[in-house]
Amino acid sequence: MSDDRVFMKGNHAACEGAYRAGCKAYFGYPITPQNEVTEYMSAHIWEHGGTFIQSESEIAAINMIMGASAAGARAMTSSSSPGISLKQEGLSYIAMMELPMVVMNVVRCGPGLGNIAPHQGDYFQATKGGGHGDYRLITLAPNSVQEMAQYVYDAFNLADKWRNPAMVLTDGTIGQMMEPVDYTSMPWMEPPDKSEWQLDEFQDGRKRHVLTSIWLDPADMAVAHEKLIAKYDKLKKEEVRYSEYRTDDAELLVVAIGSPSRVTHSAIRILRQEGLKVGLLRPITVWPFPYSAIREYADSKHVKAILVPEMNWGQMIEDVKLAVLDKKPLHFVPKHGGLTFTPEDLTEPIRAILENPDNPDTLWRVS
Amino acid sequence: MDTVTLEGTEYNVLAKRPESLTDKPFTYCPGCNHGTTHKIIAEVIDELDIQHRCIGIASVGCSVFSYEFFDFDFISVPHGRALAVATGAKRMRPNAVLMTYQGDGDLAAIGTAETIHACNRGERVTCIFVNNAIYGMTGGQMAPTTLLGMKTTTSPLGRDATRIGWPIKMSEMLSPLPGAAYIARVSMHDAKHILKAKAAIKKAFRAQLEDKGFSMVEVLSNCNVNWHMTPEDAVKFVKEKMTENFPLGVYKDVWEEEKAAKQPKKEEG
Repeated sequence: MSDDRVFMKGNHAACEGAYRAGCKAYFGYPITPQNEVTEYMSAHIWEHGGTFIQSESEIAAINMIMGASAAGARAMTSSSSPGISLKQEGLSYIAMMELPMVVMNVVRCGPGLGNIAPHQGDYFQATKGGGHGDYRLITLAPNSVQEMAQYVYDAFNLADKWRNPAMVLTDGTIGQMMEPVDYTSMPWMEPPDKSEWQLDEFQDGRKRHVLTSIWLDPADMAVAHEKLIAKYDKLKKEEVRYSEYRTDDAELLVVAIGSPSRVTHSAIRILRQEGLKVGLLRPITVWPFPYSAIREYADSKHVKAILVPEMNWGQMIEDVKLAVLDKKPLHFVPKHGGLTFTPEDLTEPIRAILENPDNPDTLWRVS
Repeated sequence: MDTVTLEGTEYNVLAKRPESLTDKPFTYCPGCNHGTTHKIIAEVIDELDIQHRCIGIASVGCSVFSYEFFDFDFISVPHGRALAVATGAKRMRPNAVLMTYQGDGDLAAIGTAETIHACNRGERVTCIFVNNAIYGMTGGQMAPTTLLGMKTTTSPLGRDATRIGWPIKMSEMLSPLPGAAYIARVSMHDAKHILKAKAAIKKAFRAQLEDKGFSMVEVLSNCNVNWHMTPEDAVKFVKEKMTENFPLGVYKDVWEEEKAAKQPKKEEG
């Protein structure tokens, strides 16, 4: 692509971000609404010196990625919710072996087959580990086509920086919509040197490299796992990212990600014209989660209440609650079944909350 | 010939551990064939001079720690996924030599899909498939290759075809796939057959080195502990019963096929 600014689909932009980050392997399996990723990769990854396989399953795909990453390559797979469930086994091993890789989830509605409409039901899975065992993925949540490209690109860099799998958690709306993308912030790069630990054909004269996730002796496993936890603690301190929109004087703070955060923007513009002070804090890393930033707003004098709109029955709101505690009333507006928010879905409850910060209609309680 | 000097006396070295094995003593049960199988694989790798290009994939089962015994780069992977991991690594490193070492539960039950499709894609990887008709590490449960009538902890009355089907024949299943370059079934029940097994393993690696396609050697082995037999009886069982159910031989040989294709066709009539 000669021009750095192009009009394209979110799922295609994610691939371009991957190419620019030096991704040389994509293995995946078709599932809606992320087929454009697999299709685009199958057509174009060759132009960037990479390889594509349409795998026999999501399970095979994630394990192929494990092999490619172990061999030192920048590798990526993607899927949508049911397919991401199948990848969880592999992700657990990848996390314990500290293999850098990127997985993108273009979330659709579940549980079960659900439907192919946008949803946010995989938040817990993405941010609390997802597979068996105690581990975390670095998880970035784009809300535009520009960010689809940028965060896939960033995910590769974060994955290599921390030797940790990274997930791009998006939804069907962001994956399917078209917007202009500017690639100037994503210069073409070569993957970093991993000769310290990668498996390769140049073993003459060096110690062999072994990658494993098994420590039979619990005392040994504890040490191996402590190393992982120490890394996570560092990540929590250094990599939290979020954006703020008109939060300085906000009396009502909305915390939202993905397509609901875009609708929140529209709602805020409408409400601000009415003189209502509403702002948005949008977590960009949902793991590590911006607890401190939200806590500061909960502690502030100007914020009277906090609202979380989600396309699920309440997942990210539990993280927000950990930040807010009982300092301010916390409200929840759900959308389910694959239905999407309109600005009116938010403006109405926000007006009510600003009138009565304890409005019982939307007040969210732990039990 | 190599010599070694011990307490002032020089000796000829007649046999030694292959370079491709570490000095860690095998932890397998007495009488188990894993140790011998490891050794002949390591000898083949030494003879082909590919030790420093080899990447091993350890699977789940008794051979989960095989990476402690082979002396080259290794990764330990989820149950059944060895051939998918090998695929990803080989695609990124075509000059590396990829070996998976898998048992019957790993390759022929939980990993059946990965096995069939790696073969069907003609992945340039070599699979060593150890078939001992039982789950050894978990304590003697039924395997997909358990013989009919065989008693295991999950088929206490003996394997019954009407309930659970028949012992699965992977070499026969895979060999018709065009991606297969070399598929052979060998047995470890006596020295003669162990030498044949080694020759087959060498051919399997050659198939990869010569870029011919997917290669697999199915190695019939015993599990005297979980078969509840003496090591001697277990070897006899392999010789008599295992080979009867799983006929030995070469199921796919790309070189033979190439040779046959070059022969001038006989004129009809």
